Amino acid sequence: MPDSQLNSCRTATIAVLVDNEPGILARVVGLFSGRGYNIDSLTVAAVEDGGNRSRINIVTSGTEMVIEQIKAQLDRLVPVHRVADLSKNGPYLAREMALIKVVCPHEGAGGNNRAEALRLADAFRARVVDATTESFVFEMTGSTDKLDAFVELMRPLGLAEVSRTGVVAIARGTRVI
Amino acid sequence: MPDAHPHQIHAEIPAPGAEILLRALKDQGVDVIFGYPGGSVLPIYDALFNQNAIRHILVRHEQAALHAAEGYARSTGRVGVALVTSGPGATNAVTGLTDALMDSIPVVCLTGQVPTHLIGNDAFQEADTTGITRPATKHNYLVKRPGDLARVVHEAFYVARSGRPGPVVIDLPKDILIGKTLYTPPPETPHRSYRPQTQPDAGQIARAVAILKSAKRPMVYTGGGVINAGPAAAEALTRFVRKSGFPCTSTLMGLGAFPASDPQFLGMLGMHGTYEANLAMHGCDVLLNVGARFDDRVTGRLNAFSPGSRKIHIDIDPSSINKNVPVDVPIVADAARALAALLAAWEADPTPVDRPAIAAWWRQIDGWKGIDCLRYIQPRDPGSIIKPQYAIQRLYEITRTVKQEIFITTEVGQHQMWAAQYFKFEEPNHLMTSGGLGTMGYGLPAAMGVQIAHPDALVIDIAGEASILMNIQEMGTLAQYRLPVKIFILNNEYMGMVRQWQELLHGGRYSETYSAALPDFVKLADSFHAVGMRAKSVDDLDRVIHEMLACDRAVIADIAVDPKENCFPMIPSGAAHNEMILGSEQVGSVAGVTDEGKVLV
Ligand SMILES: Cc1ncc(C[n+]2csc(CCOP(=O)(O)OP(=O)(O)O)c2C)c(N)n1
Ligand SMILES: [Mg+2]
Repeated sequence: MPDSQLNSCRTATIAVLVDNEPGILARVVGLFSGRGYNIDSLTVAAVEDGGNRSRINIVTSGTEMVIEQIKAQLDRLVPVHRVADLSKNGPYLAREMALIKVVCPHEGAGGNNRAEALRLADAFRARVVDATTESFVFEMTGSTDKLDAFVELMRPLGLAEVSRTGVVAIARGTRVI
Repeated sequence: MPDAHPHQIHAEIPAPGAEILLRALKDQGVDVIFGYPGGSVLPIYDALFNQNAIRHILVRHEQAALHAAEGYARSTGRVGVALVTSGPGATNAVTGLTDALMDSIPVVCLTGQVPTHLIGNDAFQEADTTGITRPATKHNYLVKRPGDLARVVHEAFYVARSGRPGPVVIDLPKDILIGKTLYTPPPETPHRSYRPQTQPDAGQIARAVAILKSAKRPMVYTGGGVINAGPAAAEALTRFVRKSGFPCTSTLMGLGAFPASDPQFLGMLGMHGTYEANLAMHGCDVLLNVGARFDDRVTGRLNAFSPGSRKIHIDIDPSSINKNVPVDVPIVADAARALAALLAAWEADPTPVDRPAIAAWWRQIDGWKGIDCLRYIQPRDPGSIIKPQYAIQRLYEITRTVKQEIFITTEVGQHQMWAAQYFKFEEPNHLMTSGGLGTMGYGLPAAMGVQIAHPDALVIDIAGEASILMNIQEMGTLAQYRLPVKIFILNNEYMGMVRQWQELLHGGRYSETYSAALPDFVKLADSFHAVGMRAKSVDDLDRVIHEMLACDRAVIADIAVDPKENCFPMIPSGAAHNEMILGSEQVGSVAGVTDEGKVLV
């Protein structure tokens, strides 16, 4: 590998198919903390084999050498079936979902942000899933960047709380991991 | 058969978990367990009481059970087995597990656990054993259903010995050991997820051969992976090195895979490696690494490591490749298979090697050898103090006259490095030493495990006076089982290796490294039913060694050696291979010791 590639950092989205057994998440998380790797996002849920297999999606960052090391370390865990670097093997989709609570009283109660919040939500295709005279909860799905942007726009309008799932990802086209 | 002999239990008739466990162990070929009892494992001890197929060796501390299992495993190539109770039994085992993890030693450790309904309740002698040992093992299991027990045991042995070997813990709640269940034999189908690659890629082998044939200054660097891959790997390595005419060095873990007496062997490399091995690593243009992992003890400063070489790396563990040092040709495979493939491809390829260039390379290496970096001076006047190097050299020479097979274990410190430098290992599996973790207290219990596996062999623990005290209680185990282990203490009255660093890096301030208030080792041996002897000066040395070897009981030989002696050559931490210190006369001008180097261990 050329040195330039070794030393520059990149973000990787890695999908890991594992046996759904107690302790598997601790194993994966312990691997990251024990070896000093970054976890930017981590999601896990049963996906296959009547709940016996889970998929973990990890977003991490590091030099090419570190990312290759992370994949090799994951791959040698006994309950791991497959490790796929989605961000390296061609086009892929990465999505997360967020629930975003904005507290913005209506005009009679002295507020003047409700219309603006709804207008932006519409532009970002966020859905209103809960509304009171004082607040909205928006549900939004999209890339991490899009969610970040929407959250930032809501901040001056009364952003109160954010709950996010973390990234789930899958390759485009017919490819499977 | 109605006979309920535990190891004859019928697959179709439910039996208590403890009996199922022993049956599974027996089917895995286990003949000995190193263990220590306690409340949670009583059902296993009860089952052991009723059978003769599996021998139990009662150690005096659970750490020792693990090291003994390691010694057994390393000297036989089989999986070692330890059995400890819950709570403190399991926590005492953690050092041994980590040691086996770092050195890739196949061990299965059975730990007792409180019954499943009490887990999480802070019950008496409860510890989160799978939590604590997760980073200390290759894999671990908590058996929660009796029906899983036999399957888990078989899988644990498979995981421990396959791929890059390592320690596996099986945590056994007491109710699982009592509850009745059915036996399941070892599976015939491959493991569902863990299937390490053992066969090398033919294309990579071809690339490797092309690079090796073009080498002008080749170097072969081998490690513990060659030993773990079994005797066939060491044989293939020896054939390849002899066929190619290349120089060969080895890590501490790999000593014995290539015969030390062979003229193509340059000795050990790394922090206390030979001048010729380290300079050849630095100067080579093609480096073939077989089963070693570019460990920091070996590479020195990474950005100055073997700067001009194209690198080929054979390893069974893909995560060891490109971890510290980027390589040109990675080959993921079992070392024996990879070396066999390499030899075959080498022979099939008509390209000749560059003989004149390699001859010139050997002349340069011979020049480095001429420095004679391991020389030392042993004063011969009567009453002279013994140089530690001389003690090892005499031990080596005198043991040549012994007919028995000889196994060496060591503790950790200067004596360990002197053993690696001055004792010549000709065969794999004959040196057991704690390499990766550097565990003081390893050598005596490991020697116990070796002696159990090889009752007629001569097993010597080369020890330091500080290290030996870390598991000295195992003298009791030696006595109980009449294990004639020889403990050869290089007694320099200091934690010599730490003292050496204090001398070189901390202005000679010997903070807390003097071995004060030492026991009288001769009396100590006596009180443990062993034989004690002492060499006070060079006049006594040969006699004591001869007496030790002639004794058919356990021996502690307390050899008083020069307390000021340091272990050279030395590459200080953070220095490069060509910044080696050859001897004390050079210490003042240590170019390599920087503040950056000082933070390293
Ligand atoms: C369990 C443990 N604790 C501390 C150390 C750090 N250490 C490395 S070598 C050493 C001194 C060993 O002294 P001794 O056994 O007398 O050997 P010598 O170096 O004198 O030959 C120490 C304390 C270690 N390796 N292991
Ligand atoms: Mg000492």
